[in-house]
Amino acid sequence: MSVKVSMNVNGEAVSAEVPERTLLVSFLRETLNMTGTHVGCDTAQCGACTIHLNGRAIKSCNILAMQAEGGNVTTIEGLAKADGTLHPMQEAFRQNHGLQCGFCTPGMVMSAVDLVKNTPNPTEEQIRELMDGNICRCTGYHNIVKAIAAGATSMAANP
Amino acid sequence: MYQFKFQKAKSVAEAFAGLGKDGDAKLLAGGQSLIAAMKLRLSQPSTLIDLGDIAELRQIKVETGTVTIGAMTTHATVAASAEVNKALPALAMLAGSIGDRQVRNQGTIGGSIANNDPAADYPAACLGLGATIATNKRKISADAFFKGMYETALEAGEIITSVSFAIPKRAAYVKFKNPASRFAIVGVLVADFGSSARVAVTGAGPGVFRIAEMEKALVAKFAPESVANIKVPAEGLNSDLHAQADYRAHLITVLAQRAVIAALK
Ligand SMILES: Cc1cc2nc3c(=O)[nH]c(=O)nc-3n(C[C@H](O)[C@H](O)[C@H](O)COP(=O)(O)OP(=O)(O)OC[C@H]3O[C@@H](n4cnc5c(N)ncnc54)[C@H](O)[C@@H]3O)c2cc1C
Ligand code: FES
Ligand code: FES
Repeated sequence: MSVKVSMNVNGEAVSAEVPERTLLVSFLRETLNMTGTHVGCDTAQCGACTIHLNGRAIKSCNILAMQAEGGNVTTIEGLAKADGTLHPMQEAFRQNHGLQCGFCTPGMVMSAVDLVKNTPNPTEEQIRELMDGNICRCTGYHNIVKAIAAGATSMAANP
Repeated sequence: MYQFKFQKAKSVAEAFAGLGKDGDAKLLAGGQSLIAAMKLRLSQPSTLIDLGDIAELRQIKVETGTVTIGAMTTHATVAASAEVNKALPALAMLAGSIGDRQVRNQGTIGGSIANNDPAADYPAACLGLGATIATNKRKISADAFFKGMYETALEAGEIITSVSFAIPKRAAYVKFKNPASRFAIVGVLVADFGSSARVAVTGAGPGVFRIAEMEKALVAKFAPESVANIKVPAEGLNSDLHAQADYRAHLITVLAQRAVIAALK
């Protein structure tokens, strides 16, 4: 059994015939071959699979592709400009060494962009609290928090 | 996950018809509990009926004395709603304490109360704020709705459409969070309605419950010292790797006092 699922991913209309039980993250990674979105836990705990659906950060391992039918999806691949210029939040992660192995990073960045959109000038405490849906096994978080604070400043400067 | 059929409902009537056609069909709201259960093969619906496209289930209405939240309203929407923050700040705060931002962006109030997880937050809001749960068939008081672990008064073919909360003089919810999942190890909601008071506890037992003795004491005087010496028996409370029953019992009294203090602020 299968269904046709269509959505807009990073500005492009995509559509495919997939089994009903296909998760959004599997649709992105396995059907569209967009492997920037990671699967860390597959149980909605770690946030590595965070993407934006209709402008809100969600965990793509915990919804079906069909729940995004007709929606607008942004993944980590959709953040940088076409010429390769990084999004201010990506650049801030690079400048502040906000990653080590990089596995959690796509989810951290997608989650951070959503955080700053809803809380434009976050305090360090707000960043720590509001990033509780994203887990990192390497960094100890300090540089991630610094990167998000810097990313927030530079997002405000480059709207 | 086992295979299933998928249907997007355009209206509550269409969802109801879908449930009638297939006895093993299940409603899908945000999917934050159901998809996880299906991945573990703990749940095996033959058809999923997605409520995501039904706009009428996503309304927030504030009227004299009540706040009504549509079943498909996400936790994030309730937490951020200016109207809810003004009329019933305790409810907005409770919604903002559920899980993490990503879960709050997807999970819904209808899904949360239909699921009735013994450690979920919204059941405490419903019971503590004397809520009425509206379905496609009838209205159910929160006192009659929650039936213990993952069980509710919902019948086959019944779909929650909205939840109406009574606006108290003051209220507050305080939760001792599980640091990993953010579910309540114990959560206590207290509400002062003037001539009555309500105290609802989640996380501690097999389901949400009220504490009559504390309610009586709070009607007499809405102050933290009124509940400070009311002990809750540990018998029947949950013991697990997070907390033993006697610890949970202790937490109830501590959190009830903190909630009263927060409500008075
Ligand atoms: C990482 C994580 C952390 C979480 N932390 C918390 C927490 O701290 N506190 C907390 O309270 N919850 C927590 N949750 C649960 C979360 O709040 C869920 O969103 C909620 O329990 C279910 O809502 P849903 O919309 O996702 O429902 P679904 O998962 O789609 O559905 C749940 C159940 O309700 C039924 N249902 C859905 N809508 C209706 C309706 N309108 N009428 C009748 N039946 C319906 C479905 O058939 C299903 O059986 C957490 C979840 C995750 C993944
Ligand atoms: S892979 Fe989705 S939250 Fe971990
Ligand atoms: S950088 Fe390795 S998990 Fe975060």
